[in-house]
Amino acid sequence: MISIPVEHGLLLATILFCLGLLGVLVRRNIIFVLMSMEIMFNAVGLAFISGGSRWHQADGQIMFMLVLTLAAAEVAVGLALVLQLYKRFKTVDIDIVSEMKG
Amino acid sequence: MSFELILFYTASAAALFATVMTITRLNAAHALLYLIASLLAVAVLFYLMGAPFAAGLEVIIYAGAIMVLFVFVIMMLNMGQQTVEQERQWLSLGIWIGPSIICLILLAEVVTLLVNDERIAGARIVSPKMVGALLYGPYLLAVELASMLLLAGLVGAYHLARPLNESHLHENDEKADEE
Amino acid sequence: MLDILWLVPTFPLVGFLLLACCALPKKIASWVGVGSVGLSALMTLIIAIELLNLPVTEQVFRQTLWQWFVSGDLHVAFTLYLDPLALVMMCIITGVGFLIHLYSVGYMADDPGFSRFFAYMNLFVSAMLVLVLGDNLVLLYLGWEGVGLCSYLLIGFWYEKPENGYAARKAFIVTRIGDTSMALGLFLLFMHLGTLDIQQLMQSAGQTWTSGSSMPTLAAALLLGGALGKSAQLPLQTWLPDAMAGPTPISALIHAATMVTAGVYLIARTHELFLLAPDVLFIVAIIGALTLLISGFTALVQTDIKRILAFSTMSQLGYMFLALGVGAWSAAIFHLMTHAFFKALLFLASGAVIICMHHEQDIFKMGGLRKCLPVSFWSFMIGGLALAALPLTSGYYSKHEILAATFAFEGAGNNLWAAGVFGALITGIYTSRLIFIVFFGEDKTHAQESIGLSIKLPLLILCALSLLGGMIQVPLESVFPIVAESPHMKGMVNGMTSLAPFIGLFVAYLFFYLKPNLPQTLVNTYPGRLLQRFWFSGWGFDWLYQKLLINPFMWFVRVNKKDVVDSLYRLIAWVTRMLHRLLSLTQTGRVQWYAAGIALGVVAIVGLGVWRDHLWF
Repeated sequence: MISIPVEHGLLLATILFCLGLLGVLVRRNIIFVLMSMEIMFNAVGLAFISGGSRWHQADGQIMFMLVLTLAAAEVAVGLALVLQLYKRFKTVDIDIVSEMKG
Repeated sequence: MSFELILFYTASAAALFATVMTITRLNAAHALLYLIASLLAVAVLFYLMGAPFAAGLEVIIYAGAIMVLFVFVIMMLNMGQQTVEQERQWLSLGIWIGPSIICLILLAEVVTLLVNDERIAGARIVSPKMVGALLYGPYLLAVELASMLLLAGLVGAYHLARPLNESHLHENDEKADEE
Repeated sequence: MLDILWLVPTFPLVGFLLLACCALPKKIASWVGVGSVGLSALMTLIIAIELLNLPVTEQVFRQTLWQWFVSGDLHVAFTLYLDPLALVMMCIITGVGFLIHLYSVGYMADDPGFSRFFAYMNLFVSAMLVLVLGDNLVLLYLGWEGVGLCSYLLIGFWYEKPENGYAARKAFIVTRIGDTSMALGLFLLFMHLGTLDIQQLMQSAGQTWTSGSSMPTLAAALLLGGALGKSAQLPLQTWLPDAMAGPTPISALIHAATMVTAGVYLIARTHELFLLAPDVLFIVAIIGALTLLISGFTALVQTDIKRILAFSTMSQLGYMFLALGVGAWSAAIFHLMTHAFFKALLFLASGAVIICMHHEQDIFKMGGLRKCLPVSFWSFMIGGLALAALPLTSGYYSKHEILAATFAFEGAGNNLWAAGVFGALITGIYTSRLIFIVFFGEDKTHAQESIGLSIKLPLLILCALSLLGGMIQVPLESVFPIVAESPHMKGMVNGMTSLAPFIGLFVAYLFFYLKPNLPQTLVNTYPGRLLQRFWFSGWGFDWLYQKLLINPFMWFVRVNKKDVVDSLYRLIAWVTRMLHRLLSLTQTGRVQWYAAGIALGVVAIVGLGVWRDHLWF
């Protein structure tokens, strides 16, 4: 097994995370926001796997699995919220739910 | 340069490209397809990093189950051409500037960390057996918590997504009356 | 038997508590109110007999009740100190006080605030007794403030009328100026001598300070400030005429017989300190002489019967200050006592007149009351004679003693004496003017003398005291330094001193009895009217203070209406509110802004970790 430089893996994870963050901050469509969050979760998972493989430890993969679980739960609730939002406001614009502004 | 390394960089490039495409698409279905591509690329990376089990999970759960949820939702919302037009309006060029700066700074910070660190050697395979032994050993509590989280997500999603019944409509009427 | 001393101030205090806390019916209230002071007077009598039977050098009794408070080096015990000086004061307070209480039962009979009145009166007597019995200046100050409070409460007793409340506040505030000065004097004394026990204080003052040095002068001047305020002397005299807004027994008890003499008592009590400050003592004499003249002239033109008596009180207090100033301590206290008798008598008699005239106080609306109000007339007559110091009355002896001592005073003695004699002349004029106008002349009204025994009895007793009080020898030899036997005045001087009141009487007889129109014609000339107005307003002191102090103060208050100091705090509140508005702008309700906030925070924190060596910290 040849060695893949772990810092490259981490770099990629960071870039993916930043792209996901960018999506979260930029998109107004709530579906895209949720997708971007999935990208961020995935990037974190990638970072864990890189670390785990570098130290030859299974902990990284376990963390990845926990992140996966979290992502699944999050996406289930999040998409349910999207449906509810669409039913009430007939839109997927995230700015429409800003009634709690100070 | 070995075959694995070529594969690694290729997959990385694919993942990056697919991700960029994901966050810039106007049509949600197109974006979703790019996201799945990105996830698959990352799965390849997992495999190359010596985590075949994780790669499998990535494909099955992420690219399979979770993305299917997205597909269902997009289908239910039935977003057509008009949504795309609205997306086009929303996505002006100027809106990218601020968030991009934040992300670039973050990126620069992590790059600094990685560059300054001593060189780190490559990866080795971590077998599913090791993962399983650890998962049901020291991490048992975390697994239980994760299962509870999933249960909560299940119940929450069911509650939120159920159809609006009479009482809800009635509530809305009341609100309208108050206004 | 001297151990019963503590009961003397306690009885009136208990009376006050009973009257203040229980709603007693009128009958019981009068018994409690008068009885408590009566018991106190009885105790005083027993104590007096006991004390005076002791040898002269041992006539001192000290009773420590409890340790009041201890703070650092300051040990203040609740100690009563009895010596002949305190005894004389005690006799006046309880004796005259009892008579006035008795009188009040009749005078206030129809007043709805009957028991409130007696509660205040009892509290006053108690506070006054604490004042004269206090062994240390703190206790004296407690009594001092206590009587000030009661004076305020009683001047404003009929508080429904706004002008009464105004008079009460004026009295309180003007005396407060003096009290502040006195408190400063107390601080100064404690700071330099380390004690406030009067006897120790006087002893160590004599040992520590040399006569005429700056420290005792300053301390004495500060104490004098307090005395001036309380005793209504120049320049803090303006409150006393207005204080006549209170019920007449109050004017008799507080504003003639007892409280206003507290200043005299204070100076007499601390005379060792004043002896160390001859300059201040001289000022005391000057102030006394000035006050007695100024208020004498003012009394000449007043029309309100009680205001005339108030100005004459100031004038007589001026005599006492004059006596203190020339070092005639016993004479001052003697005059204090006789003045308490005849001035209380005059006030009570005028109260009887006022009752019979249905609360009419203008003397020009009275006249010829001699026949219909015989008791009041004779009381007034005797009191007036004593006030004018005609021979054989009590006032004659005391005033004569003062003037003799003044004449003997080195330096300015002659001038001060002349002022005193001239004051006596004027006293004669205004006293007889009052009597002639009110009781002689044509009948203007038909009043019925409908006064009960409780009014008549005190009048009779006080008549006797005013006539014969001059025979009482005040036993003050052990208290005051023995003055060299005052040289007898030479024949002419003596004669003039005695003659002055007669001249005054004659002038008044001429002007107000034989030719009642003459004063009016005098007033109608231009300078006469000017003088009349000037004197009527009490030499324009109220006007002066209004212009000099009150108006600038009111101007300042108006300017500072929004409180400059407060604006700092308002600024803090304003900044907080602005920051709050600024922060609430960040609460847009947009999830993405919140996410951006989180991301920025992450960037900042990671940045701190990454570049911490390159940052300035």
